[in-house]
Amino acid sequence: MQVTSRRFKKGAHEALHDENIQRAFSRVKSGFPLARARSASELPEFEGLRDEARDLKNHILENLDYYLEYFEDQVLLQGGRVHWCSTYTEARDVILDICRDANARTVTKGKSMITEEMALNDHLEKNGIEPIETDLGEYIIQLAHEYPSHIIAPALHKTKDQVSDLFHQHHEKYGLSERITDPQALVNEARSVLRDKYIAADVGITGANFLIAETGSTVIVTNEGNGDLTQSLPKTHIAVSSIEKVVPTLEDASLFLRLLARSATGQEMSVYTTFSTGPKRMEDLDGPANFHVVLVDSGRSELLGTNKQDLLRCLKCGACMNHCPVYQAVGGHTYGWVYPGPIGAALNPHMVGLEEARDLPNASTFCGRCEEVCPVRIPLPKIMRHWREQAFETQITPKPERWGIGIWAFVAKRPVLYRLVTRISARSLKILGGKKGVIRKLPLMKGWSSVRDFPAPEGRTFMEQWKKQTPEGK
Amino acid sequence: MSAAKKKKNVALFVTCLVDLNRPSVGFAAVRLLEAAGCTIMVPESQTCCGQIAYNSGDKESTKAIAKAVIRAFQGFDYVVAPSGSCAGMIRHHYKELFEGDDTMMVVVDELSSRTYELTSFLHDICGYTPEDVRLETSVTYHDSCSSLREMKVRDQPRALLKGVKGLDLREAEDREACCGFGGTFCLKYSEISEKMVDTKIDNLIASGAKTLAAGDLGCLMNIAGRLKRRGTDMKVLHVAEILAGMGDKPGLGEGDI
Repeated sequence: MQVTSRRFKKGAHEALHDENIQRAFSRVKSGFPLARARSASELPEFEGLRDEARDLKNHILENLDYYLEYFEDQVLLQGGRVHWCSTYTEARDVILDICRDANARTVTKGKSMITEEMALNDHLEKNGIEPIETDLGEYIIQLAHEYPSHIIAPALHKTKDQVSDLFHQHHEKYGLSERITDPQALVNEARSVLRDKYIAADVGITGANFLIAETGSTVIVTNEGNGDLTQSLPKTHIAVSSIEKVVPTLEDASLFLRLLARSATGQEMSVYTTFSTGPKRMEDLDGPANFHVVLVDSGRSELLGTNKQDLLRCLKCGACMNHCPVYQAVGGHTYGWVYPGPIGAALNPHMVGLEEARDLPNASTFCGRCEEVCPVRIPLPKIMRHWREQAFETQITPKPERWGIGIWAFVAKRPVLYRLVTRISARSLKILGGKKGVIRKLPLMKGWSSVRDFPAPEGRTFMEQWKKQTPEGK
Repeated sequence: MSAAKKKKNVALFVTCLVDLNRPSVGFAAVRLLEAAGCTIMVPESQTCCGQIAYNSGDKESTKAIAKAVIRAFQGFDYVVAPSGSCAGMIRHHYKELFEGDDTMMVVVDELSSRTYELTSFLHDICGYTPEDVRLETSVTYHDSCSSLREMKVRDQPRALLKGVKGLDLREAEDREACCGFGGTFCLKYSEISEKMVDTKIDNLIASGAKTLAAGDLGCLMNIAGRLKRRGTDMKVLHVAEILAGMGDKPGLGEGDI
C-alpha cells in the first residue's frame, strides 16, 4: 500500500479542520471505551487473562518456527495447502496463481488487514480479477477507493450521506435508481448486491485472527457473517495470515477469544466465530473444494529477538486506538499506512521505514492509555520511545530538535551553570509577563504560543529563595 | 507523633518547572512534608530528572543526568517530588535506562524504591491529613497521566483535598484523558495538543468547579495557558498549594503572588 506517513502533520491539520472527521472520531471515545470498560468489569478474571495471554504469546513467539511447522503439517493432513511468503510480492503472486488456477473472474473477500498491507485488491484488478469486499465497512471504502481508518471499523470516517452518495453512484448498474438515505435501507441494499456476489464468486479470500497448530484450522471473527459466506460458498478458500497469528491449541484460541471482542467492542464474543479446517470432506454439506493458507512474513520475523518483539503479540482488537486522544483528534488516515493509532505509531516505522514514519512515534504524549487497555499488554509507549532513540542515534531527528536537546542537556549536567541560566530565565520571563502574568509570545517557542499564553514565572527560582532562607546550606 | 519516633529524612526533588516557574509549589511541599513530620533537605546539585532528553530519544544525555540525580539523592530515607511525572521518571524509567548494566541497576533499584510523588507520599507513607486548612471554593482535580498510570496516584490527592474545610470537590467527565501537554509534544504537534487541551478544558468547565488542581506543573501550565488564551475564567493551582493553605493566592498566569 502507498505510504503517506511523511505528511502526518499536514494530514493532522486537515483532519482537525474537517468537521466530518471530527464528528466521526470524537464518537470513538464515547462508544468503544465505555463498552470495553463495562465488559471488562463484568469478567472478574479479565486482568488475569491479560497476563496469561501476554505470557502465552511470548511463549509462541519464542517457538514460532515450531508452531508454524506444526500448523503446516496439520493443514496438509486435512487436505489443505500452505504457502510460505517472505514478501508482499510473493504473497500477491501466490494468491493470483491460485485465482488463475480456479479460472476466477470474481473474488469475494472478508476483512483482512494483511491484504490491505499488500494492496491485494489493486493487484487482482490489474490482472483482470474483480475483488469484492464483503464486510460492509470494507465494501463502502472499496467503493470510495480508500483504505480503513480503523482496524475493526474501516469506514468509521464516512458519514451516512457519503455512503448514500457512494451507493447512488455505484449501484445504478445493479438497478438502484434513487438515492437512499435510511441506514437500514442502505444495509439492505448492500446485502442484496453482495448476496449475488457470494454466489458468483470463484474464490473466497479471508484473513485469519488465529491459526490453530494442533488442528490446522484458521479462525475468523466477524459481526456480519460475511466471512462464513466468503469462505464456504466459492470452490476455493484462501486464508491469508501473517505468521504471528499461530496459537498452539483450540484451548489457547479460546483464551484470546475471551479477550478479543471484549477489548474491541465490549462484546463478550463477536457474533460469528468461524473455524475452517481443510477443504470440504465427503460427508460435509458445504465448503470449498480447495483450501489454501498463505503465510506472510514481510518483516515480522525481523522483529523477533529485538526490543520491539512485543508488537507481534497484537490481536488487532483496536483498543489502543479507541482510547488514544491523538487518534481521536486526527483520525486514522493521518497515520498514512494500514495501521493507525498507537499500534501503527509503534509498528509502522518498522514496516515502512523510520524515516518515512518518523512523526508517528513522536506524535504521542506517552499518556499510557493504550498500554493500559491492550489485552496482551504491549508496552506501546516504550516501543515508541525506542523509535525515538533510534531516530536520535541515526540523526533522523531534525537538527533544531537535536541541538535544542543538546544545549539543554549541556546545561542540565552542570548545576552551577544551570542555577545561573534558570535565575536569568526566571527574571527575564517575569519581566516579559508584566503585570498580567502571562506571555503571549514566548521567544523561540512558536509551538507553545500559537495555542496558549505562557504563565509567567514568579521571578526568583526556588533554589535561589531556598538558599537565602536556609543560609546554613540545608 | 511521639518524640521517640524517628523523623523521616526526606529529600525534596524540586523539579525543573517548579524551580523555574512556580517556586511556591516547592515551598508548599516543604510546608506539607514538615507538617507530616518529615525533615526536609533540598540537595543543591539537583537540576532536572532528564525526562525531556529521555522522551526525545537522547539516551546518553539522559544517562548522564540520571547519574547526577542518583548521586545527589543518595543517603535519604525518601525522595519526594511535587510531580508524578518526574517521580515516575526516577521510579520507573531509570530502570529501563540502565537495563543490562548490573552495577547501575543496584543503585537505581534502591533509589526507585524510595522515590514518591508528593500526595501519595503524604497520604500513604505519612498518613497525613490536612488540619485547619480552609478554602471556600469548588475544585476539580485533573489526573496527570504519569501520576495516574505510572505512579498509581488517584485517590490520595482526592482524599487529601476532602480534608480541606469548605472545599467542594467535583469530578470532571473523562477525567483520565490526557490534557495534551506531553513535554515537547505540545511544541511539536501544537494543533493536536490544542484539540486535546480544549476537550479537557470543556470537561473541566462543565464540572462547575471554579478552581482546577493537579499534581503536575506541566499539565497545569498547559491548561492555564490555554484557559488564558481562550479568555476563560478558571483558577489554576497545584494541589500542594491548596493543601498547604496557600489556595487564596493568584493562580498560574495571574500575575504577582
